[in-house]
Amino acid sequence: MGTVQRVDDQNSTFASGAAVPRVVIVDDHRLFRSGVRGELGDAVDVVGEAGDVDSAVREIAEKRPDLVLLDVHLPGGGGGEVLRRVLPQHPEIRFLALSVSDAAEDVIGVVRGGARGYVTKTISGRELANAIVRVADGDAVFSPRLAGFVLDAFSATDAPPMDPELDRLTQREREVLRLIARGYAYKEVAKELFISVKTVETHVSSVLRKLQLSNRHELSRWATARKLV
Amino acid sequence: MTDTATRTPPAPQLTRPRRGRLVAGVGAGLARHLGIDAVVARLALLALAFGGIGIAVYVVLVLFTPVETEDAADTADPEAVRRRKGRDISQLIAYCALAGGLGVLALLFGGWFQPVLWFMVFGALGATILWQQANPAVREEWMASTVLAQSGKSWARTGAGVLLVVIGAIGFLAFQQQLTAARAGLTFALTIIAGISLIVAPWIIGLVRERDRERRERIRSQERAELAAHIHDSVLHTLTLIQRRAEDPREVQRLARVQERALRSWLYQRPADAETTVKAALERVAAEVEEAHGVPIEVVCVGDCPIDDGVQAELRAAREAMVNAAKYAGTDSISVFGEVEPEEVLVFVRDRGAGFDLDAIPEDRMGVRGSILGRMERHGGSARIRTAPGEGTEVQLRMPREKERKDEPA
Repeated sequence: MGTVQRVDDQNSTFASGAAVPRVVIVDDHRLFRSGVRGELGDAVDVVGEAGDVDSAVREIAEKRPDLVLLDVHLPGGGGGEVLRRVLPQHPEIRFLALSVSDAAEDVIGVVRGGARGYVTKTISGRELANAIVRVADGDAVFSPRLAGFVLDAFSATDAPPMDPELDRLTQREREVLRLIARGYAYKEVAKELFISVKTVETHVSSVLRKLQLSNRHELSRWATARKLV
Repeated sequence: MTDTATRTPPAPQLTRPRRGRLVAGVGAGLARHLGIDAVVARLALLALAFGGIGIAVYVVLVLFTPVETEDAADTADPEAVRRRKGRDISQLIAYCALAGGLGVLALLFGGWFQPVLWFMVFGALGATILWQQANPAVREEWMASTVLAQSGKSWARTGAGVLLVVIGAIGFLAFQQQLTAARAGLTFALTIIAGISLIVAPWIIGLVRERDRERRERIRSQERAELAAHIHDSVLHTLTLIQRRAEDPREVQRLARVQERALRSWLYQRPADAETTVKAALERVAAEVEEAHGVPIEVVCVGDCPIDDGVQAELRAAREAMVNAAKYAGTDSISVFGEVEPEEVLVFVRDRGAGFDLDAIPEDRMGVRGSILGRMERHGGSARIRTAPGEGTEVQLRMPREKERKDEPA
């Protein structure tokens, strides 16, 4: 997991193959930022920090990191606001959402806003480093809890889907999500389903795309009921 | 006001009650027998009395209805009896006043079929409704909600009251042949009223706004006080404990974890779904095991349904699996995944700990065989354990849902 093979943006430092992702940490708790910095150690290169929406937008525009570690709850509009203001100008920057909140609307809101993954703050340093590398590489990272939310949101209802391609998970995608929800790492999921890790990543990315693009009414209802997106 | 008649038995015989009677208990007895309010029965008797029939009916009923038996009277709610006793005299006076008033009116206008009398009765009725509306209990409601948010029923009542008063007044004037004369006066009065309203309206609106603002302020400060109390009781308390136990990292972690869970459930969980559904129950079980054994347990649950007997057993088995993982796996986290499907409820308990050799477990070890495998099979479910030394353990529990529960919304 340490090195990154796939390169899809030219200004990435990954071209050398051995470089670590450049990261900006956005969180309103200074203590937490320094804690994460310490835990990540040499696994990533922390190039900047920010504590609220405005300074985060400035910092990201200035430092152009590969990845932003984004807290969902931020003074000045929350993580969603940062995504709204940064992504149109810098679509190449990846976001990994980080939150203490277990509330579905927070998680789904920030993922639909464009974050490519969601992990809880209880995650260990090693796992967080893994997740960062994975997201910086263009893959999606789902915590067990996010996988649970997605399964819930896409669970079968009587309402016919508006767009069958986007509004339904395939059988395989459901199996992958269920294993992730059960606490399996990608490698373990791959072993369990007799597929490659790459295929697992493809399935998860596809679920992420559906989650972000689907207009499925459960998602819209969630979003509107909580005044998100 | 209303005398809540004792309506305990389904079809009570016509008797005259010992308690709660005003004269001879005919009104109360009739009301009880017919299942209506005593006030209605009494008013009906009163009305009939003016035709003369009522008095005859009353006398006949007094003579021919038996008085209710001693023990039946004793079974009456003592509290209700006490209340009724206190009210008897004032009620009797009210009825007498009503009868007297109606009598005087009838004498004044020379008979029952004088329209003027009826208009006066209308007016009085409307006024009564309006006064009733403004009594302290109803006013309380007014204060609690904004005037616009009043219930439709309350508006209807006020409207009916105003209508009755207006009909009464206009009718009275019309029949006294004073309507034309009154019109001038009426115009004058309306103009004055409009003028006064214009002067007073801003002040009243100001008062209403002030009241609303104060109410909001009060609610906010109440919420703040509640929040402060909660933080004090839970978070500050735990922080103090953590400072005292600083030398014991395991205990500190446990305290922090327990507090986190409590705070989280207080913040995010709706109180409605506590304990009766799979999701809440699974989270509670995990919290208890975590608290007892100090190993963090991550619970993810998809879907939800009410708990039946089979699922109850499944939850117990899941608890046993969690306890085993916490005790023997030697890991720092346990994953629990619950999934409610239309036909069955699945629970997976997984750790990445030591694992063990399933065949090497002695027959008499109750934990795995009795509490997990046996329990699931007894209730029509199944359990699978996947483990090997060094590879962690996953307990898979599967329980079909009860058929009759399937129709209920999950």
